[in-house]
Amino acid sequence: MNNPIALILLALLAPMAAFLLIAVVPSLRRAGRPAAIVSIAAVLTSLLSAIRVWLLAGDVTTPIRAAWPWLPAENGALGTVGVLIDPTSTLMLILVTLVATLVQIYSLEYLHTEPPAALGRYYAYQSLFVFSMMGVVIAPNLLQLFICWELVGVCSYLLIGFWYRKPEAARAALKAFWTTKAGDVGLLIGIVLLYRLAGTWDLLELRSMVETGTLAAAGLGVITFCLYLGAMGKSAQFPMHVWLPDAMEGPTPVSALIHAATMVTAGVYLLVRTDFLFKLTPDVLLLVGWIGAITALMAAILACVQTDIKRVLAYSTVSQLGYMMTAIGAGFAGAGFLHLLTHGVFKALLFLGAGAVIHAVHSNEMSDMGGLFKKMPQVAVVFIIGTLSLAGVPLFAGFASKEEVIGATLAGGLTGPFVMLLIAAFLTAFYMFRVVFVVFFGPRKKTDASLHGQEYVHGAVHSHDPGVLMAGPLWILASAALGIGGYFTLNHPESEFTLPGWLTPVAVAVAFGGILMAFLTYERQVISADSLARAFGPIRKAALAKFWIDDIFEGIYRNILLALARGIGWVDRYIVDGVLNVVSAWTLEGGDALRRIQTGRVGDYIFALAAGLLVLMFWMGGSF
Amino acid sequence: MPLSAYLTLAAILFSIGLFGVITRRNTVGILLGVELMLNAVNINLVAFSRFHDTEVGMVFTLFAICITVAEVALGLALVILLFRMRKTAIADHIDWLKG
Repeated sequence: MNNPIALILLALLAPMAAFLLIAVVPSLRRAGRPAAIVSIAAVLTSLLSAIRVWLLAGDVTTPIRAAWPWLPAENGALGTVGVLIDPTSTLMLILVTLVATLVQIYSLEYLHTEPPAALGRYYAYQSLFVFSMMGVVIAPNLLQLFICWELVGVCSYLLIGFWYRKPEAARAALKAFWTTKAGDVGLLIGIVLLYRLAGTWDLLELRSMVETGTLAAAGLGVITFCLYLGAMGKSAQFPMHVWLPDAMEGPTPVSALIHAATMVTAGVYLLVRTDFLFKLTPDVLLLVGWIGAITALMAAILACVQTDIKRVLAYSTVSQLGYMMTAIGAGFAGAGFLHLLTHGVFKALLFLGAGAVIHAVHSNEMSDMGGLFKKMPQVAVVFIIGTLSLAGVPLFAGFASKEEVIGATLAGGLTGPFVMLLIAAFLTAFYMFRVVFVVFFGPRKKTDASLHGQEYVHGAVHSHDPGVLMAGPLWILASAALGIGGYFTLNHPESEFTLPGWLTPVAVAVAFGGILMAFLTYERQVISADSLARAFGPIRKAALAKFWIDDIFEGIYRNILLALARGIGWVDRYIVDGVLNVVSAWTLEGGDALRRIQTGRVGDYIFALAAGLLVLMFWMGGSF
Repeated sequence: MPLSAYLTLAAILFSIGLFGVITRRNTVGILLGVELMLNAVNINLVAFSRFHDTEVGMVFTLFAICITVAEVALGLALVILLFRMRKTAIADHIDWLKG
């Protein structure tokens, strides 16, 4: 097959077919593992097709677009559905399908104690998620993108709440859904306003309108801001990042796929896709940049005080999403997209590695871990590769892209965010190596499975390297992280801007500074962690309270929304219901009074009949 | 005699019948009142038939008398049943439909 459109449709529809098959055939779903095989086969098909599309059309200069009319109306179809193949979408497609494939294989071992029916359900959701995410990636118009975007949100809800009997998981699923939905309302408004302004949903048509200057700039700021609201919710930007750390209640492979590599990057991807619109509204772009930098720094501070290994990674994801957004805000979407791709690989690796640790230790708490390097050397090695990538050490995947992002911020003239990103980079190296030193090198604190915080009850304790189904994906991702890092170290990515010469040494120094600090604090214990905590007392206290953002939201909910609801409830209860109650009381009393006319005596009825007839006869007297 | 004389007789008979139906408390009395009203109608029919020179009214009257007989038989049967059930033939005592 050499037709990229047919290939990309195959990639898109294979997981959909798998989802329908698993969802519609109950015996397959309840069988568990066969459903998993179907799902993995489908996503593998998608991965191979995506790679083939990339080889065929990964470097096309004019995007390949195929669209079929949809929503027929009087004056032609209102919208289209189709695919858009260009370098951005093919690269993103490979990232999505690669991580999805590895996560699905990994889950087979990770969830091996689940009952078969639950496993079947899990793989049905996974297939639906892969389909929806690919739909977002290759959507040629904003309408199709929005529909798939919502589907992605639903899948995220279902997968976070996979262990729905656990109250925290059910709550976290709802929180994630509501928070992203709040942003999605903005996105929908933005899309509709854009349609009213431009008369089209199609990305290529919009781009050509912008290039020829036929798109009216008036009112575009509101539109791009609304689009950014959608991205803000999905990509967990301040202050709507609150759902992502809670989403860690889902199974770890889900966090790796959805809350590290794919769904949370959908917001960044949307901004990369509509970059040409944002370029016309520098004010919104500035906001994107600043909020991105605030998110990056704040999440990095929060990550330093977490004790749950998955929450550290979750805040780290929020922080890195802030980096991507800052680059876009600085006007260099390419740098943000590059960081998205490399981050997707190494953050999925880190999550899957953390999952292997949790699987072995049966606890999310880092205080229950320690000295695991000897017990599980393979996991330790790949986790350290991921950590080095995230810290931005040369030769690893995150180095080039992070430097690009920081450079882009400087080149875009955002000095404040530039400084914030540098501090965040230092903190990133610090908190990630804190995890490494505590978990893999620190003293072993627990010898047995602890009872609290465990992800699921398990028979025997086995703190050793995982089997091939879990180790395989880890090594593939680790070699991908190394490969990308090596490639970019040798061939520096083409930038749209020139980096000042001093930037690389500064970035490397910041990264190593963070590592050194973590080493001194948590390995050599030259710097006492307690005195460090005391030195940053107020900030630490604020960070432990999550900067009160959850509390502010709760306060808004309790004091404003609930008060409003109570007021409206009062109006409903006493005014709307009151009018109705009075009318109904009158009706009842009137009926009661009129009831007395019915004497039940035949004579009375006949008298009334005769009298009525008489009246009628007099009344119509003229015509008789 | 003019037509109006017959019609006046019929009207008086009808009114007496209606008065009986409304005022009598005994069920049999009510039935008698109904009979009077029906006969007033029959007088009307016969009178119009005579003055319009057509026999249709006469035939119709014969039918009406036959049906009246059946009606009385049915009505009296109802009265007897009612008496068996409620031990009374007074219409005012039967007020199941009282509101």
